[in-house]
Amino acid sequence: MCLAIPSKIVEINDNMGKIDVAGVQREASLLLLEDPRVGDWVIVHAGFAIQKIDEATAQESLRYLREAAQLLVEDEDPDAAATG
Amino acid sequence: MTIKHSEEYREPELARQLVAAIRKTSNKPVQLMEVCGTHTMSIFRHGIRDVLPQTINLLSGPGCPVCVTSQQEIDTFIAYARQEDTIVATFGDLLRVPGTDSSLQKEKAEGRDIRVVYSAFDAVKMAAEQRGQRVVFLGVGFETTAPTIAASILAARDMGLENFHVVSAHKTVPNALEALMASEAVAISGFLLPGHVSVILGLNAYRPFFDRYQVPAVVAGFEPTDILEAIRRLVEQIEKGRPQLANAYPRAVSDTGNAKARAVLDQVFEPVDANWRGIGIIPASGLAIRDSLAQFDALRQVPVEVAEAREPAGCGCGEILTGAKIPPECKLYRKACTPENPVGPCMVSSEGTCAAYYRYHG
Ligand code: SF4
Repeated sequence: MCLAIPSKIVEINDNMGKIDVAGVQREASLLLLEDPRVGDWVIVHAGFAIQKIDEATAQESLRYLREAAQLLVEDEDPDAAATG
Repeated sequence: MTIKHSEEYREPELARQLVAAIRKTSNKPVQLMEVCGTHTMSIFRHGIRDVLPQTINLLSGPGCPVCVTSQQEIDTFIAYARQEDTIVATFGDLLRVPGTDSSLQKEKAEGRDIRVVYSAFDAVKMAAEQRGQRVVFLGVGFETTAPTIAASILAARDMGLENFHVVSAHKTVPNALEALMASEAVAISGFLLPGHVSVILGLNAYRPFFDRYQVPAVVAGFEPTDILEAIRRLVEQIEKGRPQLANAYPRAVSDTGNAKARAVLDQVFEPVDANWRGIGIIPASGLAIRDSLAQFDALRQVPVEVAEAREPAGCGCGEILTGAKIPPECKLYRKACTPENPVGPCMVSSEGTCAAYYRYHG
């Protein structure tokens, strides 16, 4: 029942938003969202937008993930691996 | 076209690096349980089980809402469908779930008015358009779905609708985690906490559970690298012997969650004991409509009689929901029970473990 892909709010009429997910437009209720704005990326579940994606956090956590993954792999010392 | 906030987290190189990191860190055999049907689907779809080292065993827990709905509740839904002058509105994945002697789909074939909706709000609109008929919405789902149904009930109140009713069979996750830990059935080394339930609840909601059991628990998103990163963190915590409650989905999940959605939820529902398939009664793990909104409660306004329910003979769905069994260990799997002819709910819902196994493992 979860739609994992975030959608973008492209239009707001009262409590209803028009949302775009990968080029497909649908309606979603904005009743559960604090301060919805056109341009927000949101998670939509069962016809309701339930959360905004925090853009700054998204960028930061992706950067962290990339760095951490790379470090962990580069770190690998083939001689030490056998002893764990 | 790129899908923002999705495709970045599917990057094959990043996934490979995370898998390498997991392989390097993991020594002890562990059992990690996901408690979210969308995780189950994503893990199968992206073949995550196949790339993990043998030390890591992924178990699917009670994360599929339709699957954990008790047989008594399914029979209750069917009883509503049999009422005169009633339109039953439901999410599509409940239709084919077998009750004791029927299913919503069979009832529909026999001419009952059962309509599939995408949102509970569609059922409110239906009630507004057909005031002469009673509309009963079947409320199934966790904390992600329950606020959408709560908001729909409030909308019905504001619209002055007297013909809209909800059967609330919702379940809530944190207390179910406690029940899983308390049960002897499986030893769980760590939990992948559900992404969108946590969007609503926030990380802090799991704190009492975590403080009590000190079991590694990480909130995960749904893309492959989201899930791999959560697994990596769980494995690291286990290897270091330092359990933590952590959030690997910070772009959507905060410490406090969606306060507005929770306020709507609390305004409409109150905690109540609930019966989970495969687990039984878990205290305060269900949601009942509050007295102040009793006029929308189908169970109070239009009570139905339901005989004692029987779960399908030979179906191990209950054990599958607690991780005690995997689908091939059920004697009916792929024989009497297939997605075309499901015996139990775990084979019906696309989020069910039996259906996912069938689709991706054959
Ligand atoms: S394979 Fe079918 S019968 Fe067996 S546990 Fe799964 S749903 Fe039940």
